[in-house]
Formats: sequence, structure tokens, C-alpha cells
Amino acid sequence: MTQLILEQSLNGLQFGLMLFLLAAGLTLVFGIMDCINLAHGSLYMVGAYLVAAAAQAADSFWIGLGAGVAGAAMLGLLLELALFRQLYRRDHLSQVLATFALILIANEAVRMIWGAQPVLLNPPEALSGPVEIGGFFYPAYRLVIIAFGLAVAGLLYLLVAKSRIGMWVRAGASNREMTEALGVDVRRLFTAVFVFGAALCALAGGLLGPLLAVQVGMGESVLILAFVVIIIGGIGSIRGALVGSLIVGTVDTLGRALLPTLLRALLPADAASTLGPALASILIYVLMAGILFFKPQGLFPARA
Amino acid sequence: MAFYRPAPYQKPLASVLLLAALALPSVLSAFGQEFYVGFATRVLIFALAASSLNLVLGFGGMFSLGHAAFFGAGAYAAAICMQNGISDALLAFPLAMLAAGLLALLVGALSLRTRGVYFIMITLAFAQMAYYLFVSARAWGGDDGLPLAGRMTLGGLSLSSDNALFFTALSALTAAIVFLGRLADARFGRTIQAIRENETRMEALGYPVFRYRLVCFALGGALAGLAGALLANLTGLASPNLLQWMQSGTLLVMVIIGGVGYLYGGVVGAVVLLCLEEVLSGFTLHWHIGLGVLLLGIVLFAPKGVAALFGNTTTEHDD
Amino acid sequence: MTEPLLDVRQLSRRFAAVDALKEVNFSVEAGEVHALIGPNGAGKTTFIHHVSGALQPDSGSVRFAGRDVTRLAMHQRVAAGMARSYQITNVFLGLSALDNVALAVQGRPAAGSSFRFWQAARAEKRLFEEARGFLEQVGLAGRLETIAGNLAHGEQRALELAMALATQPQMLLLDEPMAGTGPEESARMVELIEHLARHVTILLVEHDMAAVFRLADRISVLVNGRLIATGTPEAVRADPEVRRAYLGDHR
Repeated sequence: MTQLILEQSLNGLQFGLMLFLLAAGLTLVFGIMDCINLAHGSLYMVGAYLVAAAAQAADSFWIGLGAGVAGAAMLGLLLELALFRQLYRRDHLSQVLATFALILIANEAVRMIWGAQPVLLNPPEALSGPVEIGGFFYPAYRLVIIAFGLAVAGLLYLLVAKSRIGMWVRAGASNREMTEALGVDVRRLFTAVFVFGAALCALAGGLLGPLLAVQVGMGESVLILAFVVIIIGGIGSIRGALVGSLIVGTVDTLGRALLPTLLRALLPADAASTLGPALASILIYVLMAGILFFKPQGLFPARA
Repeated sequence: MAFYRPAPYQKPLASVLLLAALALPSVLSAFGQEFYVGFATRVLIFALAASSLNLVLGFGGMFSLGHAAFFGAGAYAAAICMQNGISDALLAFPLAMLAAGLLALLVGALSLRTRGVYFIMITLAFAQMAYYLFVSARAWGGDDGLPLAGRMTLGGLSLSSDNALFFTALSALTAAIVFLGRLADARFGRTIQAIRENETRMEALGYPVFRYRLVCFALGGALAGLAGALLANLTGLASPNLLQWMQSGTLLVMVIIGGVGYLYGGVVGAVVLLCLEEVLSGFTLHWHIGLGVLLLGIVLFAPKGVAALFGNTTTEHDD
Repeated sequence: MTEPLLDVRQLSRRFAAVDALKEVNFSVEAGEVHALIGPNGAGKTTFIHHVSGALQPDSGSVRFAGRDVTRLAMHQRVAAGMARSYQITNVFLGLSALDNVALAVQGRPAAGSSFRFWQAARAEKRLFEEARGFLEQVGLAGRLETIAGNLAHGEQRALELAMALATQPQMLLLDEPMAGTGPEESARMVELIEHLARHVTILLVEHDMAAVFRLADRISVLVNGRLIATGTPEAVRADPEVRRAYLGDHR
């Protein structure tokens, strides 16, 4: 039992950290540019596909990862310059319509290029086996993902909390007009934030590719989770995104693994078998509703 | 902002279109195209669903990205009625509206305390939550959805003929539009439009703003539920996919294309989008790209939607 | 000794590290015109927000018409008889003056619920008759159908006032009704408020000292979130602390 809990906790940590990569970029786009980007999940999907394609071409996971992330960053740059610049000044309705359109285009384009079947993305050879931790075995690859996630979290912390760019980003998240008035080149800041967000998406997509399927529509389900993370953590806050994603990641993973068993111990068999999976899947939403009840702006709102 | 006022040609135009719609099944069968009656019914149903969202979004100013939850809930309510021996639409349809309305009341009560981007995302999250609930409910078909054993009856009239269902849907849509038209001019309509424009001022005038928004939200949900019950009859299935947020997005796109805040915005949007879908899919399997590009074009070049090209403005959305 | 109509006790509110309001004790007697003055940034508008219910205090209480309204929402205080006008014009700019005031009349509990879905509101003659009456009171009889956004600034301030009046309050909170008005419009506004003061209790926040001294029965002075003086106009004028904190700030 403890082994199960330990294993699932690590899975939860890993999932949470990958969610963080998605949520970090998204929360900044929401917080600083006040722009609703439904296509954030598509960046994740396209990133995964680019990584898979590059990895196959170069016959190396790491080269594929690097190339894919770079490619996604360039795509992000193009999108920002061509489309999102216009969207920042528009109302939320237009932003939803435009990014919804992007999802349609992205899903279909990917389907046209790579077909409807999932694409294979293999983890690096050296990491495809298990590693022994304190008496049980855990996949080495997942450990590497955790390491990556922690490294990015650390890097982001340094960037946001200690660097000048980070200061501008934090200022922009709490008060855009003021930041502009202080002479910061807001347009370039926006572009940088957007591209960085796209790169993080692709990184998450590429890292998760070997574990989940790289297929059309993979972005939509994670996108909602990223939204939940941001709602819980507070819009515009990296710290909120980290805390939120760890909460969502662990609660969701542990919930799905443990809740059915727990319910079977407490309730009659058929009640437990219907209630278990249902409760597990809505657990994070219930959690979100609960947190909102007490803190309607999330745990760490960036705006006053 | 001004209170919604229909353009002078609107009533005559709508009457003409209604007459045309009444004649449609006969015309289609004259050309041997009876198949399209089902398509036309689908358009009517989505027109109703989109109009219900228009009430919430256009008149109420509430940007809900989870409206499909109420659409789907209505479909499930209808299917569950059939499952339990209630096959008379005169009973099942109001039940569906009640179920969807209650769900909307619950979601609204929790969500309407938030604003802006938070509200958008929370409605989205709650809809997704409803989706997962229905998907994991094995008693209701789970992943595959809950099929209906057949079409319902309306009083004594059986709805198994495509024409009968078409006219039922047409009646529902007409009744809804008439209701929404009266609502817009009534005290309630003025109140929610004023709340949309200046919530603080309305509070300062003594209006319990939250209550009015909640009722508007719930009404929109109930109407969506009616559309859902009709759809369940049309397709013979209550599918959990109806509650997915992409479905909410589709409804939203319809309202935006048709014109947010225009009485016929939902109708126009549903007609345009579904007909476009029908036409484009005839050309290529990958018509979604064409649709996406078109939507982008609308956002960038015709920001107030198609209906705005014909009528007077009522809403400027800078939130 | 009857309880004052408005009784604020020990009201305190901090924003971040700043004491916006510090233990303010303030009361308004029924029937009087009580003016609240103070330098810019003293916290006058914040105070009004706390009285009207837009903000909640950290500590202290607000009693109105014999009830504790501290935890009541804004619309509940309005129903209890409080109405306010705004310093920055807050009318519905796209609607006609008549429609604006009609909304105010419609919102009164006595006017009945607005959960009516079928009958056209435009057909409610009595609603619009009353609205017309209030607009006549503030001198806008000739501008009924004009879109509020097209009114002159002074006329918009009058419309603000009409909307507050239309809720038939026991107490009017007037937040700088003369803000931005020229001498002629100011004079008209002063006459109007004088006239209104005969029927309704008024809490007046204003910078225009001539108007304040003419209209007020009592004056209170707010400086840096603290109430430093309360009394008749003469007493306040002579108060050395007031003079020190606030010398010469009149138009």
C-alpha cells in the first residue's frame, strides 16, 4: 500500500510539474496581456508533434526535444506577431473566437500532416528502464521528467524573482498601464512572454509524449486542467501556478488511484464502483470550487 | 449603449422566414430531398441553443464558456425520461428544462460571484465537471451515452416522423424567440441590460444585481435544456460529448457570428455555421481549416458579427 | 435624545499599510445638511463608499435608521433609504435622461419586482410620470429624451442627482455634486440642494467652500483618514486645527 502511495505521489509530482510548464506560460499571458488563449493546448500538441518528428528524423530523443522546442518557439513568435498582437486590444469575446479558430486550424493541420493515428515518441534508450528507490522500482524516465520540471521551476523562480525582466513581468502582471507608463517596452515584453510560454508548452508536450499519446486533440484535455491550475493559483502569479499545478497534479493522480479503493472499503460494492471513478474525475473541480469559495481570486493573486 | 430595439424590417422579415420554414418540408419532399428535413431540424435546435446563450451573453453580458453543460443536461434528462417510461414530450420537455435550469442555477450561484476571466474559466471548469459526471455514470451509458428507445410523442402525436419533429422544433424556437423579444422590452430585460452596462450603478439604485444575473443565467440554461431534449429525439442519443467545452465553444461561435445581443443572433449564427459546415465538408475532409480561417477573418475584419452588418448596434464590449 | 439617522462609530479601514480611515466617529441627524470636507486624499470618497456599502470596514460600525447596516450589501442599504450620487458621473450614457431616471424609479421596492418578463416596460405610464417629475425637480424638464451622453456636464450632474432622488431616500449621499461645474451651473446646483434639503437629510461631500458654508447645518473635517473637527460652520471656520490642516483650500 505504501508503495502504491509513494509511486502515485511521484506520478502526481511529475504530472503536476508538467502542468506547471503549461500553466506558467498561460498565467502570464492572462495576467499581463489580459488575453484569453484557448489555443495554448494546441501549442502543447504541436510542440509534441514537432519533438516526435524531429526525434524520428534525428533518431535521438534529446535532439528531437531541442529541435521541437525551438520550432515551437518560432511558431509562437510568428503567431504573436501575426495574430496575438491584434488580439491584445480586443475584447475577450474576440479572443475566444480567434483562439478557438486556431484550435480548429491546428487540429486539422496536424491531422493533414501526420494523419489521425497517434505518433510514436520513444523515451531515450538509456532511460527506458526502472530505477530502484528505497525498495521499489520507478521508471527512470519519469524521474528525469521530475528533474526537468524542478529545474524549470527553479529557473523561472530566478528569472521572475531576481532578474530585471522578471521584475517587469511581475509589474506587468499586477498593473499593465503603470508598467507602460514607466517606459518598459511592453510590446517586446509581451512577445517574449508569449514565445517563452510556447517553448514551455512544447517542452511539456515533448517530455510527456512518450508517456501519453501524441495525437490530435491531446491539447484540449490538458488545457482545462491548466485553467483549473490558474484559477486555483491566481492569475498572473508564477508562484500560484506552481502551487496550483502541484495541488492539481497530486490530487488528481492520487485521487484516481486511491479513491476507488477507499470507497470500496467504506461503501457497498456497486455504489463504490459507480461513485469511485466519477468522484475521482471531478475531485479537482470540487477542490477548485472549494478554494474559490474562500479565495475568489485564487491563492496568490498577482493583482491587488 | 441603448436598450435593445429591433430594426423596423425585423418583424416582417422574421414572419416571411417563418412562413418559408413552415413550407420547407413540403418543398424539400417535392425535390426528393427529404433527407434535409433532419438537417433543417438540427439547425433549428442549434438556433434555439445558441439563442439561449445569447440571452446570457448578449443581453446579460455574462461570458459563459460552459453553456453546453445545460444543452447536454437537457438531452440526458430526455433520455432518462424515456428510460423510465416517460415518453410524452409534454411532460419530458418541461422536465428537461427544469433539470437544465436547476443545474444552471447551481453553477450560476457558485460562478457569478466572480468576474472577467475568472468567470469565463470557472463556467468552463464546471461544464467539464458535469461532462465527467455523465461520462462516469454507468447507469446512463457512460462513455457511449444514453440511447433513446425511440422518439417521444407530443401529446398524442408521434414524433417519429421527421416532419413532426421539425415542426415541433420550429414551434419551440418560435416560442423562445417571441419570449426573448418580449423579455427584452420588459422590466427584466431592461434590468439585465442595464446591469450589463453598469453593475455598480444598478446596485446603487437598489437592484439586487446577483439575483437578476442568476435568474438570467438559469433561464438561459433552461432554454438550452429544451434544445437538448429536442436533439436527443433527433439523434436518438444523449451523448456526453454534448457537454464538452468544444461544444460550448461552438455555441459561442454561433452567437458571435450571428451577432451578440441581437434577438436573432443565435438563429443567424446557427444557420450560417451549420450551412457552412454542410457546404465545406462537401469539398474537403479538412474543412475545419477553412472554417477556422473564416472565423479568424471575421474576428479581424467584421468584429461585430454578421447580424451587425444589417442592424443597429446595441452592445459595445470592452470588459 | 433620538438616535441620529446615520451613526458611524469607530470606522477603520487600512489599504495595504495605509490607514485610509482611522476610528472615525460621525453622525448625521435627521433633517440636517451635514457637510464633510477635507484636503484631497483625506479619505472622503472612501468614507462615502463605506457608508453606502461599496466597501466593508476592518472595524467599527455603521447604523442607519436605527439598524446596524455594517454587513449589509449596497442594494440592501438603498432599500433601507440611503441613496448616493457619484463624484465622477456614473449615469447610463447611452440611455435618455428619462430612461435613466425610470430605471431608478423601477428599482424602488415600492415599484414592485423587476422580475417581469412579458409586459413592455415602456407601457408603464406611472413609472415614466414619476421619472418626469424628478427630472423637472432638477431642472431637466426640457431634456427628457436627450441621450445622457449628449447632456452638458452640469446637466449630467443634475441627472446624477435626479437618479439618487428617484429612489426616494431618507438620506442622500452627495459626493461632490459640483465637481467640474462652472459658476452658473454651480449656483443652480446649490439652489437645488437647498430646495431638496427641506425634504431629505443630506450628507454632502464638497470642495466648493462657498457652497458648503451656505448649505451646511454642520461641518465635519476629515484629514488623513481622521475626523479632526465637527460643528457649526462658524465653529469649524474658527477652529485652529482646521485652519492649520486645511488653510485656503476653496475655489
